[in-house]
Amino acid sequence: MNEPRPSRREALKCLSAWSATAVVWTVSGGVPSALGATNTGATAKADGGDLTFVQISDTHIGFKRDANPDVVGSLRRAIADIHTLPQTPAFVVHTGDVSHLSKAEEFGSAKELLREIHVDRVHTVPGEHDTIDDGVTGYLKFFDHDGNGRAWYSFDQNGVHFVGLTNTLNFKAGTMASLGDEQLAWLKKDLSGRSSSTPIVVLGHIPMWTIWEPWGWGTSDSAQAMALLRPFGSVTVLNGHIHQVLQKVEGNVSLHTAMSLAYPLPTPGQAGIGEPGPVKVSAGELGKLLGTRQVSVIRGKNELALIDRPLDKGTA
Amino acid sequence: MNSINLEHPNLARHGRRFALSALALAMTVTLSGSFAAGPLTKTVDIAKFAFVPKEITIEPGTRLRWTNHDETPHTVTSQAGKKVLSSPGLDVDDQYEFVFTDEGDFSYFCTVHPMMTGVVHVRKAGSKAP
Repeated sequence: MNEPRPSRREALKCLSAWSATAVVWTVSGGVPSALGATNTGATAKADGGDLTFVQISDTHIGFKRDANPDVVGSLRRAIADIHTLPQTPAFVVHTGDVSHLSKAEEFGSAKELLREIHVDRVHTVPGEHDTIDDGVTGYLKFFDHDGNGRAWYSFDQNGVHFVGLTNTLNFKAGTMASLGDEQLAWLKKDLSGRSSSTPIVVLGHIPMWTIWEPWGWGTSDSAQAMALLRPFGSVTVLNGHIHQVLQKVEGNVSLHTAMSLAYPLPTPGQAGIGEPGPVKVSAGELGKLLGTRQVSVIRGKNELALIDRPLDKGTA
Repeated sequence: MNSINLEHPNLARHGRRFALSALALAMTVTLSGSFAAGPLTKTVDIAKFAFVPKEITIEPGTRLRWTNHDETPHTVTSQAGKKVLSSPGLDVDDQYEFVFTDEGDFSYFCTVHPMMTGVVHVRKAGSKAP
């Protein structure tokens, strides 16, 4: 039961092959292009950005199984890595699945751990693991960012408009999760009146595009959100959920999923796997598949640079 | 555990007492299983992000027990309409039980992974399946 099947082990080879390398992306005029790749995690062209922040995701505090018996240790390694960045991030964003089972003690532990990061604040959005029993109620007791009793919110920083969304509610049997009409109406109002030159960064847990529907790796009403975001010249959507780095570009909108800090998942619809459950790899491999992301916004150049930083940087 | 108990006289006595208690308990369980009119129990496994079997037909009065074998939490939750089934998040090896007394079709899903669906048909013996 605890031993991964050979097919799963084989399948992980391809996952680790590309996840272990940090890819540097820039967004210029809303169209990303790869600058180059590094497996050293060097900050390269991201240095000197007017605004730098870090994305972490899927910490799953409370998870104790073989795929990673020490998720707290993994988060602490990520925190230590964040503290080595040459440019101190303005803040950290956590794109969901803070906890594993939505338990109060897991949220409490996670909040204490996140306080160890040397930043003023951590912005979170809930994952489906944070909304298991009572929706966002338990989550909001620890992470109600604006005191409105809702898990979605927005804020501005250095001329960039940030929107945190909740796409782990409004579940309807047999379909993917959705944002829901109430949140979409709020998003429309939140974006209205803003100049289309305002850079937009969207935070959401489940990918905002359909990656693999049979596993629920998508948001059923994301097209409505995209229609609201499309008029803006630079839109970056940062997601979690699938525990691996994927990206998609739709005109001026670029969408990126991130690595987890807990355990790997299979590649989308991976043959021989069958379900998106935790994948056990060797201790040496795990650190290559977990990691953080540094994001820099460089004003004037209208560039956004994303650098994925595995916990284990490997050798050049 | 047994070998440790046998090396120590006191522990060994406790061990025998435990064994006798266990035997008594086993007999009780056997007797209740044989003679008491407890509900018949049937099972549904939650494995590999699916309810197995996805569809099950039982008679009124049957207890249905779901067991989560995945390392990912799942729920057993009624779909729209009558909220008959409402489990908490089930971690690895956690179980949820419900005794169905009324006839009907009870569709359910996992709120964490809404693509996972199942249905329980409760029918009196001899009545036609839907």
